[in-house]
Amino acid sequence: MSMASPFMYASPEQVMKDRADYARRNIARGKPIVAIEYTDGVLLLAENPSAMLHKLSEIYDRIAFAGVGKYDEYERLRITGIRQADLKGYAYSREDVTPRSLANLFSQVLGQIFTDSLKPFEVEILIAGVGEDGDRAELYHVTFDGFMTDEQGFAALGGRAEELKQFLGERYEATPDLNAAIALGVEALRSTGSDDLVVAQVEAAVLDRNLPRRKFRRLDSSDVEAALA
Amino acid sequence: MRNRDDLSDASRLASSFTDFLKTERPDLLPQIFSGTIEAMEATTILALRYDNGVVMAGDRRATEGFSIAHREIEKVFQTDSFSAVAIAGAAGPAMEMVRLFQTELEYYEKVEGEALSLAGKANHLGRLIRSNLPAAMQGFVVLPLFAGYDPRRSEGRIYRYDVTGGISEETDFHSVGSGGRDAKNSLKKLYVRAEDIDRNRAVEMAVEALADAAEEDAATAGPDPVHGIYPTVFIIDAGGVTQAETDEVERVATAVLDTRTQASRPGRTR
Repeated sequence: MSMASPFMYASPEQVMKDRADYARRNIARGKPIVAIEYTDGVLLLAENPSAMLHKLSEIYDRIAFAGVGKYDEYERLRITGIRQADLKGYAYSREDVTPRSLANLFSQVLGQIFTDSLKPFEVEILIAGVGEDGDRAELYHVTFDGFMTDEQGFAALGGRAEELKQFLGERYEATPDLNAAIALGVEALRSTGSDDLVVAQVEAAVLDRNLPRRKFRRLDSSDVEAALA
Repeated sequence: MRNRDDLSDASRLASSFTDFLKTERPDLLPQIFSGTIEAMEATTILALRYDNGVVMAGDRRATEGFSIAHREIEKVFQTDSFSAVAIAGAAGPAMEMVRLFQTELEYYEKVEGEALSLAGKANHLGRLIRSNLPAAMQGFVVLPLFAGYDPRRSEGRIYRYDVTGGISEETDFHSVGSGGRDAKNSLKKLYVRAEDIDRNRAVEMAVEALADAAEEDAATAGPDPVHGIYPTVFIIDAGGVTQAETDEVERVATAVLDTRTQASRPGRTR
């Protein structure tokens, strides 16, 4: 009788659960991001100690990307997103590049990696998009397993996302202007995390539908400072 | 699934959009034609440096042989926040080249988080022209002019190309196309040191040079008050790229034409 079999069996349920636990645990350690729809578009705020390594970025004319978790993994997703968006816009037309189709792509990619790979991606991403005047902003939240949700008004991801959503849910009423949105977002980040969060550690960007073609713009610390004053 | 392949190989996440097309969608790269057909030709373009930047302009005519194929074609295009390209030669391949170039610059900027240097952009355009060489041998020559504001040097710069993609920088001005020689001669007479030319004067010189070219070259259009069609003029300085309003170009062009009308009024000369 052999002592131990070299062949280990694990049920699919167990495998998936282990992978999900692994991803969730690591993502929860990451610093959070909030997105808030304001009168002219979408505000994105990330708790980010680095001024050089971005969590918020531009994908295409009216589409932004936010990622939390493992840097190299959300960076790869970001580049894939830019690539697919530029490819589609070049092959067809700029207006054919939509936030929803990009979010779908990320959902497919993450879902497949979750099922097929030894290790899931330890990331959560948000695709934000603005349209014409009067259109609601689009916010698609995609988790490590490809699960996608469509959020209204605000979204939160990363560690403490649930608390952040609750905090924002209680306070987000009529669509705020940019300054009010910044104040609300920073307050949310401080309330659930470190209340001594300094402005220099907040990465901020907007999709502003009043900008000409490329709607993505980074805000610097002085913009955030001014909104909080 | 393609995206999956992308993600599993980090070396394929480089920052060139053209390289990406080469491996993933070569069918989208500018194609090489064979045989001889008459294609639409874009004619005269120019660029000149002034004290705070550079002005780039082009007439609005495209020809097919002896026909006017288009009377209000655009030949000058903004390529990113601080640069523009103007095209002369086969219009179809040229416009496709511009679109690929624009996508490439923005792609690089988004992936890398900062724009290419102006020289980097100019060299890349040289590579695109070189890749068009087989088509050029068939007669589809594309000759762009590239200009931009270099924030690192705080000045406007102009790059010209030959058909093989060979690149050289111009210190003052340059003009390309069927009326290029005439526009260039005109600029030669008008031009003083860049430091002594302000924006408005640079716009005047550009419009006047194109009007001169139109008088000598059948394929170049002069200002057209009948249809209200005037040259395209772009101004690039530390603030970025702006296109001169039609009103302004019309005003400048009208002044140029008025001067000529007076100079050639019957009885005044000879």
